[in-house]
Amino acid sequence: MSIDVENNNGVCRVVVKDEMTIYTAAAMKTDLMDQLTRCDELEISLQDVSEMDSAGLQLMLLLKSEEQKLKKELRFVKHSQAVIDVLEILDLVAHFGDPIVLPAGEAQ
Amino acid sequence: MVDDMKLTFLQESEELLQQMEDALLAMEEAPDDEEHLNSVFRAMHTIKGAAGIFGYDFIVSFTHPVETVMDQVRSGNRSVDSDLVALLLECKDHTANLVQTVASDNEDNVPAELLENGCEILARLTGEGSENNSVKGATPSVAGASSPIEAEPQKATPNDNWVIALDFKQDALRNGLDPLSFIRYLQRLGEIVNIITFTHDMPAANEMDPETCYLSFRIALHSDSNKDEIESVFEFAVDDCDIRILPPHSKQITYLELLEDVEPESVQRLGDILVGIGAVTQQELEGALNEQEAIIDEAVANPEQKVKPLGEILVERNVVAKPVVEKALKKQEDNREKASRDAQYIRVDANRLGQLINLVGELVISNAAVKLMVDKYEIQEAQEVVAGVDNLVEDIRDHALQLRMVQIGDTFSRFRRVVRDVSKELNKDIKLVITGGEAELDKTVVEKINDPLTHLVRNSLDHGIESPEERLAKGKPAQGVLRLNALHDSGHIVIQIADDGAGLNVEKIRAKAEAIGLVKPDQVLSHRETLRLIFEPGLSTKTQASNLSGRGVGMDVVRRNIDALRGTVEVDSSVDKGTVVTIHLPLTLAIIDGFMVGVSGERYVIPLSMVEECVEIDNHQLDEQRSYVNLRGDVMPFLRLREFFDVPDDEVGDHSDRRESLVVVRFGRTKAGLVVDQLFGELQTVIKPLGKLFQGLKGISGATVLGSGDIALILDVQGVIGLASQRGGHKQGLVDHA
Repeated sequence: MSIDVENNNGVCRVVVKDEMTIYTAAAMKTDLMDQLTRCDELEISLQDVSEMDSAGLQLMLLLKSEEQKLKKELRFVKHSQAVIDVLEILDLVAHFGDPIVLPAGEAQ
Repeated sequence: MVDDMKLTFLQESEELLQQMEDALLAMEEAPDDEEHLNSVFRAMHTIKGAAGIFGYDFIVSFTHPVETVMDQVRSGNRSVDSDLVALLLECKDHTANLVQTVASDNEDNVPAELLENGCEILARLTGEGSENNSVKGATPSVAGASSPIEAEPQKATPNDNWVIALDFKQDALRNGLDPLSFIRYLQRLGEIVNIITFTHDMPAANEMDPETCYLSFRIALHSDSNKDEIESVFEFAVDDCDIRILPPHSKQITYLELLEDVEPESVQRLGDILVGIGAVTQQELEGALNEQEAIIDEAVANPEQKVKPLGEILVERNVVAKPVVEKALKKQEDNREKASRDAQYIRVDANRLGQLINLVGELVISNAAVKLMVDKYEIQEAQEVVAGVDNLVEDIRDHALQLRMVQIGDTFSRFRRVVRDVSKELNKDIKLVITGGEAELDKTVVEKINDPLTHLVRNSLDHGIESPEERLAKGKPAQGVLRLNALHDSGHIVIQIADDGAGLNVEKIRAKAEAIGLVKPDQVLSHRETLRLIFEPGLSTKTQASNLSGRGVGMDVVRRNIDALRGTVEVDSSVDKGTVVTIHLPLTLAIIDGFMVGVSGERYVIPLSMVEECVEIDNHQLDEQRSYVNLRGDVMPFLRLREFFDVPDDEVGDHSDRRESLVVVRFGRTKAGLVVDQLFGELQTVIKPLGKLFQGLKGISGATVLGSGDIALILDVQGVIGLASQRGGHKQGLVDHA
């Protein structure tokens, strides 16, 4: 299991414990989609995502679009540097709309 | 200023203006023909450019606005009507005037009125207020210099970026590609100004395969790299990604400029041109070509399918902007045109051609001398060689003369303008029909025929063709037709100027001729003879002289000009049907095929083209009294060359048993016989003009040097025939009176 799940009053908090790449994408998609359908509110922590590639990004995009379709609430929080890099390079920060907290080292 | 350069400028301008005029006149009939529009635009554009190089600012400042207007017309912002064409014709004339000031070395001191005139024309052309123009008039060079020269209006683009479209294929991820890595790498080439991520094809969650790639990107990249460098970023992705790279606008301008500079040395294929300037990469080109091939394959199976041109495919694939393709196509067309033109023509100094032809003339004479020697000493071995050389010389002569041959069509088409202007001025509706323009004749002849032709054409327009009302009253169509026709006839070119107008009034001509004492009231003249009187000096039946014709100085000048070219002019006319003027001209003035005859020791050359036949006759057939000979029932005047030239008899004895030959010559419709002692046969004849002293001689048009070094006179057959018939008539007259 690459994710930790914590359920609390319909709010589901998930911590992704692995890289989000093509190698993990298949399993991760099933898990995360399961969580999204199961709960009303999903919070996904990305602080432990050491690596992210296009497949991982696709996953994020999929979840985001499913959120709207299923009328759920989805938040990505605690983006790791790897995630931030991808979102910034593709100018997708605004698309997800999640507040991004810059890691301490880079905070001004 | 280098005079040679200036001369080139003048020549080119003249040619361009002529083309412009032709195009404008054609535009009147077919206003939407782009070719003509382009031709006019090109003329103005090129003259402007050339004038700019030479620093003739006054030409630049006039031609530039005209060019701008033409550009508007080309882009459909202004429509073509007869007013515009008329104005443009004025512009053409004005430009010609400006060029003329350069020709007369007045470029530093251009007449103020000419400039004012130009401003006035421009004001009407552009419809601008007069204030603006007065400023322009005061400082024309400033106006010209400050105007933007770019033909292509630059579109204001806020950001000047490459646009890159990446559509990854589904298997991209499985094949180990990471689209993100390409985009990261792209950052090294420049700044990603904007990027949009699409997941169009992503299905619903349960069908979505996380290992399938659904990503597409649109990237705006600010970079100084060229297309190849950018494309190389995606080198490994080509198989799994549709890549389209659209250059920034500034690049497009660069491409357009680069296209301008494409060397015209060879005709390239469109794809190669585009790759050459970097607008399309080899990769993109191959992709497009593959697509085209597929379409062609389809088209083979299904004839309905239209095969798309490569340019269209490239534009559709968004790899290159439409203007670039259009420009490249145009460039390709230009180059092709240029290549074919270069292949067809070389500009040669007319003097050099003249020299060549003179030399060929000498060669012909020398060759004749050699032939004579070989014959005289009966050198068997040399005879064959000499015959070979003889053939070659004949070929060289023909080819050398061909070099100076030009088509008469250009001369004819100049009259379009004359006809147009004159018919407007006289309120007549006249159509000019040109046929046989491809007939060729010597350039020197063409130059000299221009003036007489102008006279004749103007005569037809002015006297010949009636006003539309008169024509309708006579039951003729309102539009009159003037025909110019040219054709070849036995070594001559025949030029006809025919109109369907009022025709010549024979009685009026007769009356006028009697009035000025040209003919006596009791003289009997045939219809043709009466008509021929119009070529006599001082004869005009027009009671009122217009500024076009009618002063009675035209037709005799025409005849004199044509006589000088060893040609003839004939007129035929019937009342209300029209008039036909027929001009016969020799094709060349330099070398002819001659037929040599002898009288005692003298040698005479008759142009071979005029010799009908040679017959041996005895004296009984000749009517010495009336100078007529009856040849197989054909009666024609004859002339004894011995008597005509007063050649002393070298033989003692009776004339009657001397063998004589009759050479039948024909000119136009007239035939005559020349009685000579000996026939020598064909001979290449180099015409040497006679000295000034002998130019008035009747019956001789020149002389030639024979191989033996002797001189032979060339008979002016037309003159001789004229004299022969006169003499015949005279004798007859005497007989009748007696």
